Amino acid sequence: MKKTYPIEVDCANCAEKMETAAKNTEGVKDATVSFMTLKMKVEFDEGADPEAVMKNVLSNCKKVEEDCEIFI
Amino acid sequence: MKKKEKKLLIRIITAAVLTVICIFCDRYITLWYLKLLLYMIPYLLAGYDVLKKAFHGIRNRQVFDENFLMTVATFGAIFTGITNAVRGGDGDYLEAVAVMVLYQTGELFQSIAVGRSRKNISSLMDIRPDYANITDADGKLVRVDPDEVETGSIITVNPGEKVPIDGIIKEGTSALNMSALTGESIPIDVGAGSQVLSGSINLSGVLKVETTADFECSTASKILELVENAASRKSRSENFISKFSRYYTPAVCFSALALALLPPLFLLAAGGDPMVFDWIYRACTFLVISCPCAVVISIPLSFFAGLGGAGSRGILIKGSNYLETLSKVKYVVFDKTGTLTHGSFEVTALHHSPLSAKELLRITAHLEAHSSHPIALSIKKACGMQPDPGLVTDIREISGKGITGIVEGKKVAAGNAALMQELGVDYIDCHHTGTIIHVALDGSYAGHIVISDTIKHGSKAAVSELKKAGIKKTIMLTGDSEKVASAVAKEVGIDEYHAGLLPDEKVNLVEEILRSKTPKERLAFAGDGINDAPVLSISDIGIAMGALGSDAAIEAADVVLMDDDPQKIAKAIRISKKCLRIVHENLIFSISVKVLCLILGAAGLANMWIAILADVGVMILAVLNAIRALFVKGV
Repeated sequence: MKKTYPIEVDCANCAEKMETAAKNTEGVKDATVSFMTLKMKVEFDEGADPEAVMKNVLSNCKKVEEDCEIFI
Repeated sequence: MKKKEKKLLIRIITAAVLTVICIFCDRYITLWYLKLLLYMIPYLLAGYDVLKKAFHGIRNRQVFDENFLMTVATFGAIFTGITNAVRGGDGDYLEAVAVMVLYQTGELFQSIAVGRSRKNISSLMDIRPDYANITDADGKLVRVDPDEVETGSIITVNPGEKVPIDGIIKEGTSALNMSALTGESIPIDVGAGSQVLSGSINLSGVLKVETTADFECSTASKILELVENAASRKSRSENFISKFSRYYTPAVCFSALALALLPPLFLLAAGGDPMVFDWIYRACTFLVISCPCAVVISIPLSFFAGLGGAGSRGILIKGSNYLETLSKVKYVVFDKTGTLTHGSFEVTALHHSPLSAKELLRITAHLEAHSSHPIALSIKKACGMQPDPGLVTDIREISGKGITGIVEGKKVAAGNAALMQELGVDYIDCHHTGTIIHVALDGSYAGHIVISDTIKHGSKAAVSELKKAGIKKTIMLTGDSEKVASAVAKEVGIDEYHAGLLPDEKVNLVEEILRSKTPKERLAFAGDGINDAPVLSISDIGIAMGALGSDAAIEAADVVLMDDDPQKIAKAIRISKKCLRIVHENLIFSISVKVLCLILGAAGLANMWIAILADVGVMILAVLNAIRALFVKGV
């Protein structure tokens, strides 16, 4: 399953960091962050609960880039 | 400007003013720590969030980023100042403050520039309808969310409003501006029965439209989704940048550390003055220069602007990677029907008829009144009037040959040469390509009608423009006959053509061309998206033409041309070349300036002022250059 979330982040490098953090979250099969459109596209593992996974994605992203937001 | 940006601007201005005050007060203050304290006010004001982010990064083991670089560099500069002062010299803290203020100015500029182009691009693609008008139970017109409108509902579109959902006009006539969809600004006249696509703007009359899809599946939503996804398919250059920054910053930090430690140790071993502080200062300068922002921001921005610019001309490119591939295209393979030709049959000539053209068409059209064969339809269209079926009797269709009947009391026969032979009529053969319809009136020859697929107006120009854009070879594939194919190829100026192909033979041929080209050259296939999906997907880049309203084509292709003008292929290639040129300019320019400054900094020839000005200056120039990719009107 794929979902797209609007995000808020200040720099291209930080968006890159968010992408890596999201990719390394459990339950996420693949993730891409576009700094230009301010969107995060997440592909979830089979059977994963998007809501629960996104909570972890957000907290992992906050770890690498304090000043970011994902509008879940 | 956003709230955040305004706040940063105020901080930068205040910090700058305070710094100037510090410079004036400087000479009256003799105590070094008081002086330090004074300079720390603008320093912290300008850079507290940079420091915070750097420490936050260290805590989460995400050490190496530009915040870290700036923090270490400015701390280093302050530290050198303090040691100088303690040793009785003149402590200089101005540099650290200036670095922070200028760095933040650069960040602010970058944020504004990116925000601007984001807005520019989304306004180019401003086709998202906000509401739909439906008539409620009381007969009143109400505005609802287009998401809530069910397929088959009747919606009202007033002049000046966007068509929210695809549908067919039930009532009303108007002109539609489809420029947001096709890039074509000439309005199109529509009336009852015409199909309307969401995203077009109603210019003159009130329209009642019966929807044929829900909002999700409407053209506007599909295009927007495509555009939004485009940025997530990254090009090789962008992937290079993200890899680059992963290794670059740590590499720079360790080099700076080496620069601070090794030369003093070496000098000490040689018995000289180690000049420890001098080398620490150089290492800090080195760090400031090495900040990678110019590259990291300008490359994705260039691609984004390129995609947006192309979109505004009705060329949808599904990702930066395709934009990159497009710039390397050397072979363009066309499908004939629907791509270079209109794909619809038209009467193109009338020969050897004793009757007037109009009369010949009128009689034949009447004979074909009941037929819905494509050829019959094209004759009826050319006739320009609705035939009266009551005037025709005794209609007989002779399969594979033609049709006979009685029109207004005269025996009429229309069909191919075989029919004429059967009826024993002397006919005159035609040298034109296309389908020839011979007509006989009361047993004597009445001339023939030539029906053929017409070449699109822009096809010839498209091929010559492609040549100019550096395409090595243009190839046309068609299932049509050799005679038709060679005529079209000659007329349009195609280098090579293959006729009489079955769909799987097309695939084989394209595979062969793919094998024969050099690895750096790319092949583009342009088709109308109807039954050429396999070829679209095996070519390096698949271009679907006139794809408005065709889901299969939008799905299978990498580049979608919203209208069916073949010249747009050349335009797309030119846009991609411009964008890639900008990307390369930015890469070479920013990296070479950095390397030069790094060498100067390591050698002690550039101080921190030069370092930060070089950094911010390069970034601003690179961003401005990147935005150039958005302007594609004259390309």
